[in-house]
Amino acid sequence: MAHLDGVVKPKTKRSKRFLDHRAPKLLENSKNAMIMKGGNTSETVTQALKDIYSLKKPNVVLYKKKNIMRPFEDSTSLEFFSKKTDCSLFLFGSHNKKRPNNLVFGRMFDFHVLDMFEMGIEKFTALKNIKNEKCAEGTKPMLIFAGELFDVDNEYSRLRNVLTDFFRGPVVPAVRLAGLEHILHFTAADGKIFMRSYRVLLKKSGCRTPRIELEEIGPSFDFVLRRTHLASDDLYKTAHKQPKGLKPKKKKNISHDTFGTKFGRLHMQKQNLDKLQTRKMKGLRKRRGAVVVENGGTTSPKKIKTQE
Amino acid sequence: MKKRSRNNSVRKLVTQLMTSNCGAGAVTRAESSMAACSVEDVLAKAERDEAERLKSISVVKELELEFDVGNLLALDKNPVELRGRSQDREELLRALARDNVQLLVNEIWKLPAERTDDVLVVKLPEASTKLPREKPLPKVRPPTKWEQFAKLKGIQKKKKTNLVWDEVHKEWRRRWGYKRAKDDTKEWLIEVPETADPSEDQFAKRNKAKKERVAKNEFNRLRNIARASKTPVAGLGLAPRAQQSKSELAQAVSVARTSTASVGKFQDRLPKEKAPRNTGKKRKFQPLLGDFGNEKQKQLEMLKVMETKKPRLDVTKAVNKQLREDEEEEGRTRRKKGSGKKGDRGKRGAAGGKGKGAKGSKGGKGARSTKGKGRGPHMKQGKR
Repeated sequence: MAHLDGVVKPKTKRSKRFLDHRAPKLLENSKNAMIMKGGNTSETVTQALKDIYSLKKPNVVLYKKKNIMRPFEDSTSLEFFSKKTDCSLFLFGSHNKKRPNNLVFGRMFDFHVLDMFEMGIEKFTALKNIKNEKCAEGTKPMLIFAGELFDVDNEYSRLRNVLTDFFRGPVVPAVRLAGLEHILHFTAADGKIFMRSYRVLLKKSGCRTPRIELEEIGPSFDFVLRRTHLASDDLYKTAHKQPKGLKPKKKKNISHDTFGTKFGRLHMQKQNLDKLQTRKMKGLRKRRGAVVVENGGTTSPKKIKTQE
Repeated sequence: MKKRSRNNSVRKLVTQLMTSNCGAGAVTRAESSMAACSVEDVLAKAERDEAERLKSISVVKELELEFDVGNLLALDKNPVELRGRSQDREELLRALARDNVQLLVNEIWKLPAERTDDVLVVKLPEASTKLPREKPLPKVRPPTKWEQFAKLKGIQKKKKTNLVWDEVHKEWRRRWGYKRAKDDTKEWLIEVPETADPSEDQFAKRNKAKKERVAKNEFNRLRNIARASKTPVAGLGLAPRAQQSKSELAQAVSVARTSTASVGKFQDRLPKEKAPRNTGKKRKFQPLLGDFGNEKQKQLEMLKVMETKKPRLDVTKAVNKQLREDEEEEGRTRRKKGSGKKGDRGKRGAAGGKGKGAKGSKGGKGARSTKGKGRGPHMKQGKR
């Protein structure tokens, strides 16, 4: 529909709004994710997909039916789905003898695959297996990556980038301090990646900053990294191009003093102060019956009545 | 540790200090000395308490964590050692997580907090991890023909009011669209202008004029897009459309036929394709050596023509030329009379070969020629 974006105009305001929502913008929408199953899936994989779906609600689409495709060989099917649902993140789960309990995390740029990471699930604990109170859905999680591999290794740092993109949730300008409940902790050690999800309990400490206690909720995964597909450098660079218009325009002629008072500066043209339009004070206007003193006082002003 | 219990413990400590540390003595001396050493001790104790309190939220790490508070993200570069059974591993992971979260929360709490609607809210800084965009940057549209002209002339866009006063209905109505202010489609009476044909359907004429305006607008919009796209768009009739006339299809076929390397010379004709007419040589030259008699005749005739001083007059050609001139003059005078609508028609006629415009103008001229003016041919006297 690329060449039709100007030629075919939307007929209703609603469809126009829909197309504008999906069009490329300066400030983008929060990324949606799509979760799909492959030709053959195991119990572990389906449960894992369902758990990640509940983690990422509401910016996620879960496909219930199986889609026979191989992301690493042919990504056209993935691209078609992402175009249809306007999702730039995807998670594909499958199971076969060669790659048991396989999850593929990936992201797209311009509806073409940018990065893909295939991870095998070694150990998995589902949400329903850990019995305690969970966080509300839609809370923005805190993300922590531990392990020097996430910084040193090229693939692992790209994986860190992808996982941040996947799990970070909508970008918000401010956050409620009491609402920082959810934490996702990724540890890279022993050739595996451990993902744990905790609930944060803010306890009183002596000072303003609370003491943290953690309570495990949520799915816990032990991943092992299998295949990867990283984007080429120039494609990666193109994907990172930021528009110039996003830089916040500094408002000129506005200043604040130490007390917080806002000062503005106005630039005026040169004014002729003789012909300045000021307020009209009726009482100061010259009266028609005004006295002229130069006559020598023949017409005297009002005499003050004196009591004699 | 609860705050109250701590306070109690502090108070206990102070009383202990007061009683035990500073022993008995003269009242005044004891008091003063008691006061002096108790103040120092109290301060020292307070400091130690503060440190203890901070201990509960302080974490010691080899390498400092990298924070991205805008994304609520932290990166711990310290090497992680996980050994032992799965149970110990879980405990280790949990302890590590707790430490890291404590550090992150300390960072977040350092930010300035505002209180909005009984809720403590912290303004997050900009995210520092560079994440790729979802879609490429939006392309800047090149300005349309009108926009270029307006910029050149300095014409500003005038902000229009949403509603317009409608005298007929005596209310405020929208400027265009459903139930608009001046809706001329709702008129039940249209006066026939003096210059118009009385048998003409004015309502149909209005509808047709509207359709033509819409078509012109659409055509200009598409032309703007084609100009902006910078890719060469196929000319008229060559790009496939929904309804195409026989002549357009024939033109497309002939263009396709001749667009080969040898200009269609060796292109076989399709089963039902007709032979192309109006193609081939435009001028026919006589063979160089052939009919001598014919050649002689032609040369003698030419000499005769060159000899005579009188100009040669081709009657049919002269008559046609005069008729055409007369028609053009009449058209010009009619245009001057009715400037508005008729001017458009004239302009469109002048623009020529563009889609509907072309058809319309051709139709118009054809109609005029067949109607006939009833005027006799004027013979222009040639110059002598």
